[in-house]
Amino acid sequence: MSSVVDEVSSGPKPALGFLASPAARSLIGGLAAAAAWLAVAVLIGYWPDKPDSDWAYTDNLAALCGALAVALALAAFAGVWFAGLQSVRRLAPWLIALALLFAAWETVTAKLGLLPLPFFPPPQAILEVVIDDRARLGACIFASFRLLATGYFLGAAVGFVTGVAIGWSRLANYWIHPVLRFVGPLPATAWLPLAFFIFPSSFSASIFLIALATGFPVTVLTWSGVAGVNSAYYDIARTLGAGQRFLVLKVAIPAAMPHVFVGLFMGLGTSFAVLVVAEMLGVKAGLGWYLQWAQGWAAYANMYAALLIMALLCSGLITVLFRLRDRLLSWQKGLVRW
Amino acid sequence: MVVAPAPSERAPPVSNDPVRGTTLTIRDVSHRFDLEGQPLPVLDRISFRIGRGEFVALLGPSGCGKSTLLRLVAGLDSPSAGSLLVEGEEIEGPDPSRVVVFQDPTLYPWRTVWSNVALGLEARGQLRTHRERIEDALRLVGLTGFANAYPHQLSGGMSQRAALARALVNDPKLLILDEPLGQLDSLTRITMQGELVSLWQRAGFTALLVTHDVEEALFLAGRVIVLSERPAHIKAEIVNTRPYPRHRGDPHLAELRHQVFAHLGLEATW
Repeated sequence: MSSVVDEVSSGPKPALGFLASPAARSLIGGLAAAAAWLAVAVLIGYWPDKPDSDWAYTDNLAALCGALAVALALAAFAGVWFAGLQSVRRLAPWLIALALLFAAWETVTAKLGLLPLPFFPPPQAILEVVIDDRARLGACIFASFRLLATGYFLGAAVGFVTGVAIGWSRLANYWIHPVLRFVGPLPATAWLPLAFFIFPSSFSASIFLIALATGFPVTVLTWSGVAGVNSAYYDIARTLGAGQRFLVLKVAIPAAMPHVFVGLFMGLGTSFAVLVVAEMLGVKAGLGWYLQWAQGWAAYANMYAALLIMALLCSGLITVLFRLRDRLLSWQKGLVRW
Repeated sequence: MVVAPAPSERAPPVSNDPVRGTTLTIRDVSHRFDLEGQPLPVLDRISFRIGRGEFVALLGPSGCGKSTLLRLVAGLDSPSAGSLLVEGEEIEGPDPSRVVVFQDPTLYPWRTVWSNVALGLEARGQLRTHRERIEDALRLVGLTGFANAYPHQLSGGMSQRAALARALVNDPKLLILDEPLGQLDSLTRITMQGELVSLWQRAGFTALLVTHDVEEALFLAGRVIVLSERPAHIKAEIVNTRPYPRHRGDPHLAELRHQVFAHLGLEATW
């Protein structure tokens, strides 16, 4: 590795200066991560599995880890020329920690067999599930996503409009607020038995439940956002000739957006919970159903695979919402701790 | 921005037209607030008249009800008794011909300086036809390079300039200034006072300024109306005929200041 550093730094810059530069640090970090994953690949590939076990995908897993190591090394070198890839450096400690964890998991399961089966499958068993059962998993991901997206957007839209209405209009506040107060705190899952026989299909019942779970926090936070708008903002707009429409759309709503996003985040969190419960209890599709089904067959590797996919999906959606907020509320950057 | 409008359509935010300002008549105006069921009188039969293009200052101790009077003139509240007339017509609500600049700039933090200044035009659906006025107003207050800045990136003085541009872009006939320089540091304040005078001279609007700074009132206004403690009534009216631009060291202004202090019961500090 030292020869690599020497080679790159043999330009006009003095070697020590290059070593301290961000490019060099990202290179070193990236190569260290690559080396760690290469070591994991070697461990999986060359240390034979425990006798009498028949893990079919051990070699594939080793190849995958090796590919990851190569990709990391390439990214590390590319980072010398493309500053955008220098985030490898920031990720390097995590990548190394994950490699250690992965190696430990592999060792205590496939290699030494210290943990009882089938409760603690090795990583290659999960890889096996992801590859062999991909059709069913794909269908489940699609089903879950469709249910969640429909319910969430419906709930967020209705919640937003309701929140603006009760924040703005006294009449709406008078009639809707008590209902909200009474029904809102009820967990959406409490409606489950009722929803499944009132609605024509378990799909529509689940959409209703997810929308309900999303709608309540969005409504309350939009409302508090609209109600908390600095009244001087309205005075300014009114003296400049603004009508009601302008006051709502261009003053109240933009001023309330930071609150609305808090509601959207909370709603997304609760919608995940309701989604999984609904799928476990009524809907015959989706990742929640898959979990339940895998447990019925004592297929623990399948459960871990589904959990992993679910975690990726949920954190991915939260990330998307964060990105959206960063775009829409970038004006807040100088005002709050971002 | 690309297509230059015909000269006849192009109404700049300021012009030298001397009859642009409006008259304001305040007749026997009283106002009270309801404080936990108790009536709290704030204004006590205030009457005065402001002529076209005049610059009048309302001077009084803090909390005497000056800002309340301004809210009534702006049409944001209605008086408990009496009437306020603009050009002989009763004020019934806010109108873009009477624009307020508040003590706090209250720019919308989610809008750039440019869109903050555009607010009035946008609210009245005139953005497309009068877009060039925004540039004009920004130039007038010296914020040309800051059109795309967000309010939190501006200093106190720049924010207040932006608030001023937001008012001027509407070509007001009556500019209502509610201690607009109250939160600025003393150096910025002195600069802005001079700028306010030249803006007023060029634009020809009628100006009504509320302040508790005697020096500011005398430096800017042609007439200073001294109000009492709450409930406010008019204690005195001091005419200041010194020509503009005025100088802070002018002995005549010092003499007037003495008079004002006497009306406020502060001779002892002289």
